[in-house]
Amino acid sequence: MTEPAALKLKDMLKKPEILTSGHRMCAGCAAPTIVKLMGMALRGPTIVCEVTGCLEVATTIYPYTAWKLPWIHVAFENAAAVASGVIEAVDVMREKGRWSKEHVDVIAIGGDGGTFDIGFGAISGMLERGHDIVYMCYDNGAYQNTGIQRSGGTFPGQETTTSWAGKVSPGKEQRKKPLAEIVAAHRTPYVATVNPYHHRDFITKFRKALEVEGPAFIHAFSPCPRGWRSQTGKSMELAKLAMEVGLHPLYEIFNGTEYKMSGPSRRLKELRPLDDYWKTQGQFKHLFKPEWADFKKSLQEQVNDDWEILKKKCGIE
Amino acid sequence: MVNEVNIDPKSRADMPTTSYSKPVIGATGKTGSWRTFTPQIDYDECSRCRTCWLHCPEAVISLDEDGTPHIDLDYCKGCACCAEVCPKKCIAMIREGFDEEESV
Repeated sequence: MTEPAALKLKDMLKKPEILTSGHRMCAGCAAPTIVKLMGMALRGPTIVCEVTGCLEVATTIYPYTAWKLPWIHVAFENAAAVASGVIEAVDVMREKGRWSKEHVDVIAIGGDGGTFDIGFGAISGMLERGHDIVYMCYDNGAYQNTGIQRSGGTFPGQETTTSWAGKVSPGKEQRKKPLAEIVAAHRTPYVATVNPYHHRDFITKFRKALEVEGPAFIHAFSPCPRGWRSQTGKSMELAKLAMEVGLHPLYEIFNGTEYKMSGPSRRLKELRPLDDYWKTQGQFKHLFKPEWADFKKSLQEQVNDDWEILKKKCGIE
Repeated sequence: MVNEVNIDPKSRADMPTTSYSKPVIGATGKTGSWRTFTPQIDYDECSRCRTCWLHCPEAVISLDEDGTPHIDLDYCKGCACCAEVCPKKCIAMIREGFDEEESV
């Protein structure tokens, strides 16, 4: 029943893509790549539940869909709750003899709006109930689908249409929610952060998430050329850069306590300056004005501190 | 095969009598019309490493037996992700309607 995860290129070639071409995602959006990599980690029959978001709106315009998997969309806030319902329904159907398959994996996917803010209660409930679900958040840093409004996943200093940068404000001033760690605090069996550039790392972690008993959470970083005002072709590089500057370090958390830094992040000798990341995107261009020099410095210090704390948690000196 | 799509009309009887969507290629029509820059692969330089295939968000790159990539221009949106991730830098982005010399 269980298919191995496609970790070698040779095996990846054999895995069929789970999202067809010709969907409505923007050119250069990294979310379809994330879904593609997710498809390579699957181990058999899978049901996907999705919250409202770019990926849902753009890939499933009734009566068409680009998904080659059983796929369900309900409301913005309850993908995690629906996924729990799906698992329970499968159990009941199996008892009644209406379910022939041995095992089914249930995956819930949400954007950062649907995960950090709107659907957070449902996720917390899912984690508490301990349903065997993989929740993946593809984090593009704002409500990009409805017009780039700020979310809990927006970086400080990021300009959005509800956190304009100008004379009085440098964009969003608050910190980003440390979602992976909040989820881990539920004593979730497995939490990991990933990005689409490091594909092998992505597939390995997703597979671990599927195999673990109980809920698992994957936080995927997904560059958005439209909202970030970046070049469409740079999406994969931005994903890598975010890891190198320490904005989206790659790590795993087991059972909420055991931290493990992943290869790409562990191999970093030191973080690259945040300027390298900011100058690639139009949404950070105001930070290079002299009036925000102090703010910029404080953000750099914030990231450096977070990185040191994370290293300590992972046991790296 | 993971989750084989069954769009055979005979098997449709197994589906519940409710509204559902069937997976199709080109759910939004030919998205290739969005393109401003067209990728062009230099096959002499290409090392068949398949990196472009792996990172293409649109899943329009198909591979031959030996790994030679081919781009389906009906659906390619011209995002240039393939050109950027290519380790050999052998994918050029040519502006639609221009010759190679005038490329940006």
